[in-house]
Amino acid sequence: MGRWLRDVWSGIATAFAGMRVTWKHLFTRAVTLQYPDERWTLPKRTRMRLFMKYEDCIGCGQCVRVCPVACIYMNTEKRPATAPPIWAANGMPIKLDVKLFDIDMSLCCYCNLCTYPCPTDCIYMTPEYEFATGDLTQHLYHFAKEDAQFLTVNPKAKPNA
Amino acid sequence: MDVFYALFPAAWPHWLRVVLGAAVPAIILVTFMALGPILYVYAERKISGFMQDRLGPMRVGPYGLLQTIADAIKLLFKEAIYPAGVDRALFLLAPCLVVIGAFLSFVVVPWGPNLIPADLDVGLFYVIAVSSLATVGLIMAGWASNNKYALFGAMRSAAQIVSYEIPAVLSLLAVVMIVGSLSLQQVVEAQRGGLPHWFLFRYFPIMLVVFLVFFIATLAECNRTPFDIPEAESELVAGYHTEYSGFFFAMFFMAEYTEMFIVSAVASVLFLGGWHSPLPPSWTAAIPWDLGPLWLLAKAWGLVFVHMWLRWTLPRLRVDQLMHVAWKVLLPIALGSTIVVGGLVLWPATSNGFPWDPFAAVAVSVAVAAGLVQGFIAARRYEARRLKEGAA
Repeated sequence: MGRWLRDVWSGIATAFAGMRVTWKHLFTRAVTLQYPDERWTLPKRTRMRLFMKYEDCIGCGQCVRVCPVACIYMNTEKRPATAPPIWAANGMPIKLDVKLFDIDMSLCCYCNLCTYPCPTDCIYMTPEYEFATGDLTQHLYHFAKEDAQFLTVNPKAKPNA
Repeated sequence: MDVFYALFPAAWPHWLRVVLGAAVPAIILVTFMALGPILYVYAERKISGFMQDRLGPMRVGPYGLLQTIADAIKLLFKEAIYPAGVDRALFLLAPCLVVIGAFLSFVVVPWGPNLIPADLDVGLFYVIAVSSLATVGLIMAGWASNNKYALFGAMRSAAQIVSYEIPAVLSLLAVVMIVGSLSLQQVVEAQRGGLPHWFLFRYFPIMLVVFLVFFIATLAECNRTPFDIPEAESELVAGYHTEYSGFFFAMFFMAEYTEMFIVSAVASVLFLGGWHSPLPPSWTAAIPWDLGPLWLLAKAWGLVFVHMWLRWTLPRLRVDQLMHVAWKVLLPIALGSTIVVGGLVLWPATSNGFPWDPFAAVAVSVAVAAGLVQGFIAARRYEARRLKEGAA
């Protein structure tokens, strides 16, 4: 009988304890973010879509080799000796013409490994995350440009040399 | 209804006044019953959202107000599928029976001194009889569906309602003994005089326990969580309405929510003073018009809120636990309190309640209100702390 009374009492008491918890949560603000209307403020170094600054690429191919899922495609040609010399933004001379630089974002695993070996820091990840498309081929981003404006002066060269 | 009969001009023929006097309140009630679930489903989804720190429906209409209307229209236009091997006649009859069982109880619920569709002398008996009709519909649905999950659900619901009907009826008996009548209107009249005269606080705390038993038993009869084993979605797909789609599914849905409202209305009539206001009569005497329906609605909706509150608080019981609660806990308590109340009613010194009842009524109400306010303040504090930790 005592055990029975204790059980009944604990059943009622715990039900009320639970109701107290839910009553408390009834008046706390929802944590939901209404996505298309509101957006998260992402940290500056969020790793989302890959970007590559074509004007700075020297075509070394290290990013291609390091990529664990092989989502970067690159094709280079030796720059003819007659062509005017060009430089990357950090002063490295560009000796190869990058004819093709494609990144397939539907393969990319966002590991960020490709950005570390890049000698000119021209490939990096951006906080841009809304690039869903209805067509998978739209995820193949072409970075090679015909009309790229390369630096024709070495930016790191001493002014009077 | 005499009120509506008197509303129409005396120049009209008698038969027209009688027909209109019956049709107008019937149409109002049926509309209220049929459209009520739209409101309850919205309230349920919103309350569950808020209790889980979500927003609930937000996209259809302002604050998602049109969400359930859109859902109802969607269900109306969906195809009703008859799976292979169903018993067509029973399959169609079952949801109708469930809805009728839920709707019929409205006939005897008093909304005001003269506002009652039919003041039957056996009102309570009628409510018990009619609300059990829904069970027949559930079993019919489970059997006709030709589906093992539907049959499991139906069998479970039969076992559950047979078990929980007993404590519910026994706790009704306590009220009937105090009033000396089965008419719901007379039950309400016996509670005239504000909060301290409610049967909830009569023979404090005995009737409080009786109310709890009645509330738990009727919660189980509505097949609501934590007693929703007949439609336990994690065990039985959807229980007895597994095979139903479209409008017939909507009818089950409507019946569930209507039944939730009707048991809350009956509980407020029996224990919470029905259409009487909780305020002392001297305060409300100045109000010229009859606020009875509003008071009953407020009380019934308050209990509906408690139903939803419990649903989002407690997990589902196992079948054996369910039977344990019914037969080993609620039944002895209901039996014991029925005997005690019967004795107290017969003893002249206590036939009008214990001397401390009015004080207990005020004290309990103040304590409940204080608890709710305190929970509200605790919620604000909790949120402030969460925001601070989130900012840090």
